[in-house]
Amino acid sequence: MKITVCIGSSCHLKGSHQVIRTLQQGIAAHHLEDLVQLGGTFCMSRCQEGVCVTVDDVFHSVTPDTAQAFFDEHVLGKARP
Amino acid sequence: MPAKMRKFDTKVQYLKYKVLREVARDAWNDTLLDNVLNIPQIIVPGKVPTMRCCVFKERAILSERVKLAMGGDKRNGNVIEVIEIACDECPAAGYEVTSSCRGCLAHRCEDVCKRGAITFDHNHVAHIDKTKCVECGACAKVCPYTAITQRVRPCQTACKIKAISINEDGAAAIDNEKCISCGACVYQCPFGAIMDKSFIVDVVKMLKESELNKQYKVYAVVAPSIASQFTYAKLGQVITGLKRLGFHAVVEAALGADMVAMWESREIAEKGFVTSSCCPGFVRYVKSAFPALEKYISHNPSPMAAIGRYIKRTDPTAKIVFIGPCTAKKMEMQEESVRPYIDSVLTFEELQALFDSREFDIQNLEEDVLDNASYYGRLFARSGGVTDAAVQALKEQNIDFEIKPEVCDGIEACKVALLKKSKNVLNANFIEGMACTGGCIGGAGCLTHGPKDASQVDKYGREAFEKTITDAVSMLK
Repeated sequence: MKITVCIGSSCHLKGSHQVIRTLQQGIAAHHLEDLVQLGGTFCMSRCQEGVCVTVDDVFHSVTPDTAQAFFDEHVLGKARP
Repeated sequence: MPAKMRKFDTKVQYLKYKVLREVARDAWNDTLLDNVLNIPQIIVPGKVPTMRCCVFKERAILSERVKLAMGGDKRNGNVIEVIEIACDECPAAGYEVTSSCRGCLAHRCEDVCKRGAITFDHNHVAHIDKTKCVECGACAKVCPYTAITQRVRPCQTACKIKAISINEDGAAAIDNEKCISCGACVYQCPFGAIMDKSFIVDVVKMLKESELNKQYKVYAVVAPSIASQFTYAKLGQVITGLKRLGFHAVVEAALGADMVAMWESREIAEKGFVTSSCCPGFVRYVKSAFPALEKYISHNPSPMAAIGRYIKRTDPTAKIVFIGPCTAKKMEMQEESVRPYIDSVLTFEELQALFDSREFDIQNLEEDVLDNASYYGRLFARSGGVTDAAVQALKEQNIDFEIKPEVCDGIEACKVALLKKSKNVLNANFIEGMACTGGCIGGAGCLTHGPKDASQVDKYGREAFEKTITDAVSMLK
């Protein structure tokens, strides 16, 4: 599973680093390092919907507040069904 | 003064800008081949000369400027070139007898001159025959009234590492072995006879061929010194302008600086002595003038190369254009270790020309955002900033090591520190080398230079979302 989080300026100001930290912590807590590849990108051209995140190229709009729920549903749910 | 002129310090920059703008305009329209010979006449229409003896010489020089705007002489490896016919040969320069000459009896000046270049008028006042004088300076040394002074050509005064000499034709000549491509002479020559080559045509081509970032994405990496530039507009409007030009995203080079601060601070602590490696002019100077000290240059890439490498890891087909104040970056980009990460380099002057080639009045654009780096990464733009960042990075990494910095503001200060180091009398474990005075904000590719530049960089630094370097680089694995 490949997760890409936008770390461009707009998403950064909306808290992309916090989103990444939440995901990193989740991945570590559930030992998903081998299953999940977490990476960054600069701009997905959907700045209005940031923080922009894709999971295997499927787009999600995440905020620091929804990051944990997003992780549970779309990462944990799919990586360890 | 035309409105556009106010965006620059000098009329020479304005002239250079007009050439770049016309070349870029034709590059966008695919009309460069048809129009290249017409550009001089577009810039100098009519019959009345405004700069030189006649419009024909003006146009002849302009056609040389057009060549440089299109990449210049490919056989010359240096990005800094002399336009020989524009070089005024500064007739005022050299040794001159001033009004302090008392017309004395001793005439030591005459006796010491081996070329017989000194003559006397009916008042016994000395005169120097310029056709015989070889500018050895012996007469000036022996005159008891110090009535003979040396007027150095502005390019030679600007070049603190003495890479400029005067050739047989009286024109400036650059020693490419010594030249660090800092562009000081480019900025200082009052006739605009020395110019940096431009890659503006390559950048336009790159943007066009990306087909609105469908074929590949083009990223603009902007240097933090942008904080002191484009002051007639807001930084956010510059970012919008860059995206309108066709850049997919704009990323701060200062994020690369944050990365470098982390690595370099560890390197200082590990090795015990290091020089900075972010300024390509300084690095080049160490290599050419102090080869024995080359081993001390930090092995870390420059912020430009670091962020370029990071972007290319996230997007392997990315094309990256660095936009900054620096002409030496145009040399750094060609180095083997940097070439894979940076596809082209533009100066702020060239970016202004690029905006205007598309008739973008950036003052009227909406504001976008630019925020990737920390306060400390952004400080790299001014002298002392690299050191501040390295000290902070050690603290954040809990490394117990005290940096004793030698902050070198300008290439002359670098020379002094390097000389001391070569004699083992430098009481420091870190040399922060900046070729331009003030740091990058003093760069030759800046639109304007002013006393407030450093405080503008500090203000821009304080506006960064991330306050610590650790936070700024936290997404790195």
